[in-house]
Amino acid sequence: MNREKVVFGFFIILALTLNVGFVLGDIDNPAHHEVFELFLALVVSLICTVLKFGDRSHLGALLLATSLVADLQLIAAAVVWAYAEQISSLGMTDGTMASIVSLAAGALVANVVSVVLLVVESASIRR
Amino acid sequence: MNTLLYILLRRLRLPLSVLIGVYAVSVLGFVLIPGLDDQGQPWRMDFFHAFYFVSFMGSTIGFGEIPYPFTSAQRMWTLVCIYATVIAWLYAIGAMLSVLQDQGFSRLLRTRRFAHQVRSIREPFYLICGFGTTGRDVVAGLEQQGIKSVVIDIDQSRIDALELEQYSLPVVGLCADASLPENLDLAGLQNSSCLGVLALTNDDNVNLSVSIASKLLYPKRIVVSRSENDTTTANLYSFGTDLVVDPFKQFAEYLGLAAHSPQKHLIVDWLIYSEHRSIASTYKHQSGRWILCGYGRFGRALAGSMRAEGTEITLVDPHMDSFRGDEPTSIVGIGTEASTLIQAGVEEAVGIIAGTGNDADNLSIIMTARELNPRLQTVVRQNLDSNELIFERLKADFVMNPGRTIASRILAHLRTPLLAEFLDQSMALDEVDARELIQRLNRLVGDGQVRIQAFTLGEETPAVKEWIESGQTLTLRSLLKSPADRAKELKCLALLVKRGDQFMIEPGELTELQLGDQILFAGRGADLSQQRWLFENSRTLNYAVTGEEPHYGLLSYFAKGNAR
Repeated sequence: MNREKVVFGFFIILALTLNVGFVLGDIDNPAHHEVFELFLALVVSLICTVLKFGDRSHLGALLLATSLVADLQLIAAAVVWAYAEQISSLGMTDGTMASIVSLAAGALVANVVSVVLLVVESASIRR
Repeated sequence: MNTLLYILLRRLRLPLSVLIGVYAVSVLGFVLIPGLDDQGQPWRMDFFHAFYFVSFMGSTIGFGEIPYPFTSAQRMWTLVCIYATVIAWLYAIGAMLSVLQDQGFSRLLRTRRFAHQVRSIREPFYLICGFGTTGRDVVAGLEQQGIKSVVIDIDQSRIDALELEQYSLPVVGLCADASLPENLDLAGLQNSSCLGVLALTNDDNVNLSVSIASKLLYPKRIVVSRSENDTTTANLYSFGTDLVVDPFKQFAEYLGLAAHSPQKHLIVDWLIYSEHRSIASTYKHQSGRWILCGYGRFGRALAGSMRAEGTEITLVDPHMDSFRGDEPTSIVGIGTEASTLIQAGVEEAVGIIAGTGNDADNLSIIMTARELNPRLQTVVRQNLDSNELIFERLKADFVMNPGRTIASRILAHLRTPLLAEFLDQSMALDEVDARELIQRLNRLVGDGQVRIQAFTLGEETPAVKEWIESGQTLTLRSLLKSPADRAKELKCLALLVKRGDQFMIEPGELTELQLGDQILFAGRGADLSQQRWLFENSRTLNYAVTGEEPHYGLLSYFAKGNAR
């Protein structure tokens, strides 16, 4: 068992699960979407990106790319949230919530691709 | 993509993960810990403010407790976060700095810069492997001709020295193992402006692999290699290496020449080495016994070449016991003490060669020998360039610097390959012919420098090509006339005409030339550059041969053109 692989797999799967947890629920209902979950999803996604640094293989490059996409989407979602809560005079509306969740859903797709790639890589290792 | 970036990122995985983790925990803490607002009501920091606070706290900017004064619980958490974030930052920055200062990383950085510099070279250049005495001299010589060099050496201190040398053309160098093809590739082996590869390291195997790599990739590119033994030399020639120099053998031949044939030695000196010695400096050759101090690789080669000429030698070496069987006339000792030299018969000898590998010993041998016999001819071997000053003051009859000798020979070959062939041929001349050649050269150039110029009749000499193709004969005499006034002769001399495998040394003036002939001229620099006109301008050539100067004005061109 490779400890590095465990940590790597752990963070990638965790990024996906947290992301799913946040996205689940009615898209425009703020009560269904917990800010903590978005925060954790973002942090784990950032750590995933750092862990994917420095892999020269083609698959490694692809993994890094999916991770960067997820980061971008989640950061956008967080910025929209901060804008709605702190700057906008209307506060959090259903529409804003819907756009935050849809951004996070985009990140979810990237995370799914990431996990699929990880599984493909593991499956291709012949012993 | 960029290897450097990969390495940097790979090493920064953990520090960056720690930094992100610490920030995340800090932010989370501020969001979870309850606080009070300015009204005294319970209040919880949101993620936006928590991230804002942690950002300026972590970077030690510290705007204060925002937006409301903190409760004790929040302050306690702030204390934890301050230390945690500062440590995380120090760790991350320290890791990054250590990567940047890492030996391997900086080597990679240098290699990349070197490869980039080599790739951007557009002018012709030579790739030189090995930057010892010979390498340095070759680089300097090429620079004088305006040719760039790229240097590879295994020793970083030599590459550092390269940067300190004052070259007018930038010389790029890399510390790397030249025997690895990837390093040669970095150094521009595949670059189309690379004129040739010179393998001058002191390791025969490295030279061999450099030569093979170059010949395999580009069979037509010039390869010059140094070789210290006959097996390697034969091997190198077997795959078409253009010139193989054996430093010990070649230098011994050269030094042997100085001892037994000063005339030929002067020819070699004039034609190959830029420094001019006057004809008077050929001391009168005395036949007699020589003493040779130092019987290493160099001494053995020298003894061989001098014996071949029939010179009697007494050998002096501290390890002479082991050769006692083969060498009857030998003395055990360094030669620095008077007793050893007297034992070697210094009083009756005509000359002494101090040829050990140690400069101090060599100097001492010459000084001691001179005291014992002031009429002695002295030849001393200089090993280190840095001792130049002392050797100049010694005023020995000859100071021999093996590295420099080899360098000059290589440069001469690169400039005019025909010259090397001429020198090979001229070694067969007898002393009388050699003396005559020297006197002819001396009449032409006086005390100036002898310059060399070679032509291959054909594409590079359009005027001559046109003339011969028109069916007219061309003799060597016409090519020695002054383009300004054909009654005058240029101060040049044809040393050699090479036709196929046939050599004509000092060809007569009536020799008829054919296309494909290679001709080697020697003479004064100014006259040689005038001579180029004869080869390149058909009008000038026509004047030199026939004395007529045809008019090629525009009008007459049309008039004649229509008539033809």
